[in-house]
Amino acid sequence: MPGEPPRTDAPAIEVHDLTVAYRTKPVLWDIDVALPEGRLIAIVGPNGAGKSTLLKAILGLVPAVTGWVKVFGEPYEKRRSWVGYVPQRESVDWDFPTTALDVVTMGLYGRLGWFRRPNATHRDLARAALDQVGVADLADRQISQLSGGQQQRVFLARALAQDARLYLMDEPFAGIDVTTERAVLGLLQGLRDRGRTVVAVHHDLQTVADYFDHVVLLNMHLVDSGPVETTFTKDNLTRTYGGRLTALSNAAEALLERRPSRPKG
Amino acid sequence: MPIDFDATLWIIVAGATMLGVIGGVIGCFALLRRQSLLGDSLAHAALPGVCIAFVVTGSKSPVPLLAGALVAGVLGSLLILAVVRTTRVKEDGAMGIVLSTFFGVGIVLLTWIQNRPGGNQSGLRHFLFGQAAALLAEDVVRMAILGVLVLAAVVVFYKEFQLITFDRDYAASIGLPVRTLEIGLTTLLVLVVVVGLQTVGVVLIIATLITPAVAARQWTNRLAWMLVLAAVIGGGSGAIGVLASAASQGIPTGPTIVLCSTALLGASLLFAPNRGIVQAWYGDRRLRRRIRHENLLKDIYSFGERRADFARPVSWPELMGLRGQGRHALGRRARDLRRRALVELDGDALRLTAAGRRAAERVVRKHRLWELYLTRRVDVASDHVHRDAEAMEHVLSDEATERIDALLGHPSTDPHGRPIPRPNAGDEAAR
Repeated sequence: MPGEPPRTDAPAIEVHDLTVAYRTKPVLWDIDVALPEGRLIAIVGPNGAGKSTLLKAILGLVPAVTGWVKVFGEPYEKRRSWVGYVPQRESVDWDFPTTALDVVTMGLYGRLGWFRRPNATHRDLARAALDQVGVADLADRQISQLSGGQQQRVFLARALAQDARLYLMDEPFAGIDVTTERAVLGLLQGLRDRGRTVVAVHHDLQTVADYFDHVVLLNMHLVDSGPVETTFTKDNLTRTYGGRLTALSNAAEALLERRPSRPKG
Repeated sequence: MPIDFDATLWIIVAGATMLGVIGGVIGCFALLRRQSLLGDSLAHAALPGVCIAFVVTGSKSPVPLLAGALVAGVLGSLLILAVVRTTRVKEDGAMGIVLSTFFGVGIVLLTWIQNRPGGNQSGLRHFLFGQAAALLAEDVVRMAILGVLVLAAVVVFYKEFQLITFDRDYAASIGLPVRTLEIGLTTLLVLVVVVGLQTVGVVLIIATLITPAVAARQWTNRLAWMLVLAAVIGGGSGAIGVLASAASQGIPTGPTIVLCSTALLGASLLFAPNRGIVQAWYGDRRLRRRIRHENLLKDIYSFGERRADFARPVSWPELMGLRGQGRHALGRRARDLRRRALVELDGDALRLTAAGRRAAERVVRKHRLWELYLTRRVDVASDHVHRDAEAMEHVLSDEATERIDALLGHPSTDPHGRPIPRPNAGDEAAR
């Protein structure tokens, strides 16, 4: 594995004037945002706000109508090996004939390139990644026999095996039990503490302030982006969620009161 | 056209086996990528292509006819895409429309050709249900070339094909040319369908793709093994199908091959471990039996508890009254339990042995602990918990039971005030 990644002065992600449309229906409008390196970053917004689409646009999985994306100062194609993607758990068929270890080994396919097969060394790396997320004993399980939380851990292990510098995660906290949520959070904080950048689509407004350093508020257009302390405000949340839900503004108030208990390394 | 058991026959067997092998392998990917219907649409759409190629070239030789099939098949699948893109019709609807339209046109052309002078000799009829007897050495060579191509592609690009099939977005994120690989897989699918038309026919070619793949999936949880098994099942069905068709003098080959693989599929669905119906059924039956046994033990125990006397035997009518069970069924369960030395017969009544009483206590303990857990921790009213506990008492593991016991602070009575039995020291040894 590479040691400490070389520093660049460029932000981890820079998005300029990005507009994305599915057919004729625009999903993201004129997004301008720069995300700093070495932080835990949440993308927050209502359903249909384009959160997953933003991740996919950064990865070049959906075409942009206008605008560009740079990852550590270069187009994504040049920085692929620096980036690990964790798709939504529901996006794949978990009855696919494969084991947990096989799925994690897929994290090394990018490094392997064409025509080379994973060997014992690669399987050891995959096993170590499974161990890091605490499910090494499930390596040989067929993936449909894993619980939702275990499946999420396997997906995370696949990204860890990539040993990336920037991780893009689509709802890593969705549909998992409390124990897994703690474990996943610990893992993400560990990555951040080693200088890695994690950008995660996040649904649970209650935990944003506790879990993340930086927040991107999105509702088809960019509402605001910045450190949680200054950006995750009631005012911004009302603008993001359209002010239609009083329950949400209450939640924001509750969060402001909880601010002092923010991340402990 | 009957087949003689001679050198030609073995050529035909080789052809059908080859087709079965590559159909099985490519079928696995089609199945996992949910493209089963696409293969079927392609095949049906190929029929008018065959007919038009015959009219245009006037040739009976397979190469132009298969080229016609290829063109029509590809046109058909492009039309499906176009329908999905430009209208509100969904993919399955579009496939149904294109498949039936092309096939209808094909049948009209076929009938027209056959009614023309000499049309009967065209051999086009065989494209409907397949006629392996018409296979020549050169056809088999063509299949072998395609076979090598398919197997080589799957071996060389195994990890890429696996990844785009399992997780397309992730594959794209690490830089795999997903579109190109998908087009490659679909092209192989088209080629297998077209080459298989002569042998199996447009109506049934889908079975050579899907049936072996589904059967193989039953036996393994690894993609590599699924591919190997599908190849074996497909190839075997091809060989046996041709031989059976030859021996029967006149049954078309296609249906015979399909019936062979369907028989293997049936056996796989029934008998495969983990996914098989028989094992699931057997597991259910064992659980039901255990539940009946545990209920009888518990019933006998309940009389002993009420009378504060476990030595006094419980009579049949008393037990039959509890769950409205017949004397015969109850007797059979009692015999099972007696064989395991859990109950003993005393004249015409039943009594728990020491081991039987401990077994009953374990069930009662689970029942009452669960009731208490629901009332205390889940806030369910105490008059609502019995039915739930009736089910949980049979499935709760011993470890989970002890954890609940500890969580509740080792309680001594349930929400209804009845004592919760505690396993005594000799309990482990008795099991």
